[in-house]
Amino acid sequence: MTLYSRVIGALRPQKRLNRSFAVSFMLFGLLLGFGAFMVLPLIYTVNNAFKPLDELFIFPPRFLVRNPTLENFTDLMVIMGNSWVPFTRYIANTLLITLVGTAGHILLASAAAYPLAKFKFPGSSILFKIVVLSLMFSPHVTAIPNYLVMSQLGWINTQAAIIVPSLAFSLGLFLMKQFMEQIPDALIEAAKIDGANEYRVFWQIVMPNVKPAWLTLMILQFPALWGTDGGSFIYSENLKTLHYALSQVIQGGIARAGVGAAVALLLMTVPILLFIISQSSVIQTMATSGMKE
Amino acid sequence: MVQIHNTTEPALQGLAGGPLKESRLAQLWKDIKKSKHYYFMMSPYMIIFFLFTVIPVVVSFGLSFFYFNMLETPRFIGWENYSRLLLGDDVFMIALKNTFLFAVITGPLSYIACFLFAWLINELSPFVRALMTLVFYAPSISGNVFFIWLIVFSGDSYGYLNGFLMKIGVLLEPIQWLQNEKYILAIVIIVQLWLSLGTSFLAFIAGLQTVDQTLFEAGAMDGIRNRWQELWFITLPSMRPQLMFGAVMQITASFAVAEVSIALAGFPSVNYAGHTVVTHLMDYGTLRFEMGYASAIATILFAIMLGTNMMTQKLLRKVGE
Repeated sequence: MTLYSRVIGALRPQKRLNRSFAVSFMLFGLLLGFGAFMVLPLIYTVNNAFKPLDELFIFPPRFLVRNPTLENFTDLMVIMGNSWVPFTRYIANTLLITLVGTAGHILLASAAAYPLAKFKFPGSSILFKIVVLSLMFSPHVTAIPNYLVMSQLGWINTQAAIIVPSLAFSLGLFLMKQFMEQIPDALIEAAKIDGANEYRVFWQIVMPNVKPAWLTLMILQFPALWGTDGGSFIYSENLKTLHYALSQVIQGGIARAGVGAAVALLLMTVPILLFIISQSSVIQTMATSGMKE
Repeated sequence: MVQIHNTTEPALQGLAGGPLKESRLAQLWKDIKKSKHYYFMMSPYMIIFFLFTVIPVVVSFGLSFFYFNMLETPRFIGWENYSRLLLGDDVFMIALKNTFLFAVITGPLSYIACFLFAWLINELSPFVRALMTLVFYAPSISGNVFFIWLIVFSGDSYGYLNGFLMKIGVLLEPIQWLQNEKYILAIVIIVQLWLSLGTSFLAFIAGLQTVDQTLFEAGAMDGIRNRWQELWFITLPSMRPQLMFGAVMQITASFAVAEVSIALAGFPSVNYAGHTVVTHLMDYGTLRFEMGYASAIATILFAIMLGTNMMTQKLLRKVGE
């Protein structure tokens, strides 16, 4: 299908009864209007990253870039090359936190979700109820005791303070459990009759079947860790993250506006690309995300 | 469900006294032993989950009855933190008022927006549906780049809004948007709404795709006249589980506004205009080190979030009736 016919097809709503054209037209106008509100700031960021200095400070400000340049990115490298901690260090720190945190979360959440989804045993329903309950409050509520626990463990100023709590993010377990419930019991029983133990069933039967849910957990966990600034746990400059570096660049004042936009572009591109790649799997998993009454 | 624990072996009756109770315990112990592999598989997750989520909630509640500054040993002071918080802390009252304002406006609005846009997107062709999903979802995952709104609302004439309004002649001089308490709250709400089409939005899109299409034909036969009746009597009841999930996500997020307010309005903001319960919590927890007092704030926040969630879920059960 060509792009043209795809777009035209979009304007012709599904053939269904009870549709009035005028209302359709109005509703899609609404959709386009709000879509613009959502996407314009992002387009603006992209444009700003490529603006030369004179275009950044033009009055009245201009939305689109006219003479795109890579100056901001080269400036970024120069500024960061001169700083005490090399820029690559921030990238490496962020990558470490994000990759270990995301992969570990997928593994631990799946391992915990499998028994909860497929078996009944003492404590299983109460454990799941606690997880659902914990969806209903934000992590801010537990921030202070968390800090106390971290300092008791001696984890202040280590990356473990960011990574370890993120491994047990409750939304991940919830979605994984809901998704695993769809795996046919017969498949698991058959594997057991063939002599596989619980761990083998989990690893060779269940895990390959929940790949869409892996991608979903990834797309939820990755941006959260990728955008972390280290919170109140990391003070050492050597361990700071990309998001922290960004806030420092921005604080550098108005002369750094272009460089700031360049870092912002770096920060937002990765999660958005990931979502584009995993979109259909994510939607598939989300279909099972409902809460039973 | 794989049934593995219905092996009804004869209860241990040999012992004198209360055989029934004892046999139940024995049965339970047997079940536990039989499930040891499951406990083992869950243990890494559950240990971390309890250590950093469940126990902290309990500790926070306990700590709220103490005076604790991280240096001295905690001193029990009963309800004093709560009475000071609720009766003597004017800034907390501002924070509470702001938080409720945020929640009452952004909560329902973002929830309705999540559903409305998901519903509209659902009628598009697959390619455009994917594109629009990306457009609406991208802000919430774009990694804290909401600071770009700082440029939009910047106080000088280079700020996008000021520049625009001055160009068309509405303003003669730039307005300090983020330093003026008249505007701060509204700006934070706008940016919060921009960020709020997250997980629940995806859940709604997915839920809409699983609604049984034959129901619509049946509904048309039964006299459903327009798309609004279709929505209320067929679509919404069919996706009630997703609606519940979405409500939990949106409510929790709308009571936890803090990062956006801090990034845009500063910390503390002018006259506390952007102050919320969470920023108040941060103030006492990370700057003043009054951990007991901060824990009392956290406990109240916890109670508000939980209470609202329960109430909303009760309300949602009435959908489509």
